Amino acid sequence: MADIAFSGPRGPKPRRRLSGRNIMIYGTLIVVALYYLVPLYVMVMTSLKGLPEIRLGNIFSPPVEATFEPWVKAWAEACTGLNCEGLQRGFWNSVRITVPSVLLSILIASINGYALANWRFKGAEFFFAVLMIGAFIPYQVMIYPMVILLRELGLYGSLTGLVLVHTVFGMPILTLLFRNYFATLPEELFKAARVDGTGFWGIYFRIMLPLSLPIFVVAVILQVTGIWNDFLFGVVYTKPEYYPMTVQLNNIVNTTTGARNTM
Amino acid sequence: MMDQTHHASETSLSIKGLQLSFGAVQVLNDVNMDIRQGEFIVLLGGSGSGKSTILNCIAGLLDVTDGQIFINGKNVTWDEPKDRGIGMVFQSYALYPQMSVRGNLAFGLKNARLPRDEIAKRIDRAAGILQIGDYLDRRPAALSGGQRQRVAIGRALVRDVDLFLFDEPLSNLDAKLRAELRVEIKRLHETLGNTMVYVTHDQIEAMTLADRIALLRDGVIQQFASPGEIYRKPVNLYVAGFIGSPSMNFISGEIADGQFRFHDRAISLDGYDGHPRDGAAILGVRPEHTGFQADGPESGIQATVELQEHMGAESVIYLRLDGQRFALRTPDDTHYPEGTRLNLSFDIARASLFDPQSELRL
Repeated sequence: MADIAFSGPRGPKPRRRLSGRNIMIYGTLIVVALYYLVPLYVMVMTSLKGLPEIRLGNIFSPPVEATFEPWVKAWAEACTGLNCEGLQRGFWNSVRITVPSVLLSILIASINGYALANWRFKGAEFFFAVLMIGAFIPYQVMIYPMVILLRELGLYGSLTGLVLVHTVFGMPILTLLFRNYFATLPEELFKAARVDGTGFWGIYFRIMLPLSLPIFVVAVILQVTGIWNDFLFGVVYTKPEYYPMTVQLNNIVNTTTGARNTM
Repeated sequence: MMDQTHHASETSLSIKGLQLSFGAVQVLNDVNMDIRQGEFIVLLGGSGSGKSTILNCIAGLLDVTDGQIFINGKNVTWDEPKDRGIGMVFQSYALYPQMSVRGNLAFGLKNARLPRDEIAKRIDRAAGILQIGDYLDRRPAALSGGQRQRVAIGRALVRDVDLFLFDEPLSNLDAKLRAELRVEIKRLHETLGNTMVYVTHDQIEAMTLADRIALLRDGVIQQFASPGEIYRKPVNLYVAGFIGSPSMNFISGEIADGQFRFHDRAISLDGYDGHPRDGAAILGVRPEHTGFQADGPESGIQATVELQEHMGAESVIYLRLDGQRFALRTPDDTHYPEGTRLNLSFDIARASLFDPQSELRL
């Protein structure tokens, strides 16, 4: 039989000319991007200035005398209460909270989604419905019950407890995400793998995972940004020595601005 | 698998009283089949007829509600797909996109923990039979549809099993390729001598490939017979209308005195292959079993040309007969303009009569 796969047009893809339309689109995009970058610019520039220079108020001008001293101070010397280790402690706490929470929540949610999409077990619909209802209940409602739960488990105030909380609260939306993605993968692929003698875990790790990189990337972005920026759970479920950076930063800013006002 | 001795009497696959319901919806109703070793069986039907569902039950991809499935005499009703001794080919090919062709072929064998040299041997053999040796190291994405389906067939082949299941394997291919691969599947069956169960909605595939066709409607087997038998003696109106293109023409009338009468006309039933009885009946005549004369007598069965389709080797003429559409097929490619009156004659020996109530063939 003739090999028909590689007939047809050849050569590199034709490149579009720089048209007026493109200039308009890219021009607009660049302007908007710059607009969004301005606050970041102001922040970095201000951080490099000394206090007298900041008081002049020219927030857009680059520093006359760049100094990294405030950075060092914030990282290693700033005080919250009696502790004067700077933000580094909060930073590493945040890392220790975010990494296991992201990994654990994505692992469990992807397996949930896979089971719901491909192994339609008895009660799957009910299970999914319950999870979805969970997604619509505001977090604040569940804060106190969760405190009791963690206390009973003996995890209240620990990093493990906070990781557990993040994992649980991420579950509904992540499960939905994974279930819907797995449902779009061809069902026949799943059937073929079963005929080839692969079981529940084999199909998950060797067929589904390699095909699901895009959705894993989405889930990682969602979870990392969500958990890294979390304030509420961090302040409620941990104690000062485990506070994530967001909480610690807030405390530092509050105490130092208070001090400045008395000057 | 390669031994050429066909065990004609041995039953390869046996389905007994198969039932399947999803909640209140009955998808399969009392399906029974006995398939001999080496037979090529086609499950034919429209969408929703349950043909693919039966295949999935045989493969073990669906749990049956009731009934039993035996493969080579072993009750496999509750066995895992991998333990049933089947190979399966899917419509969408279902090749693992992240693996090379070789990886796809080897996947099931590695799962079965076969020794490496045995795997290599089987892949070589399958590659030889299917002529896919040149692209064993390519990914499925770099193959054409026809090549992908060969690889998918190869994946069933390397399993070295007695029973092959095909789920509409050619439906995603273009017409020319479909015809080529159809011939190849036929040849493959003749070479290997495996039992094959093949699902399709395409009656050409069914007629050309099958030793026997099981024609399904709403989860019930209508007729399970050789293609010739189904074509010549359809058991009921549904089967008669399903097989053949254009469809069989149906004329309502009644039988009396060994004649079929409709609209003051009478046709002798001499030579009819069946058991006509007096009373209301429907006469079914295939377009290719209808003769015609352009300038016949005013009496007889006269119809008016509405449209003619020329297909080169033959043409189909659509006529109006007593207000109903009637198609006939002829090698004659003379053009008959609209409104031409033709005298029709029916080949009663190859026609079918049906009971209008039970819709069964008489």
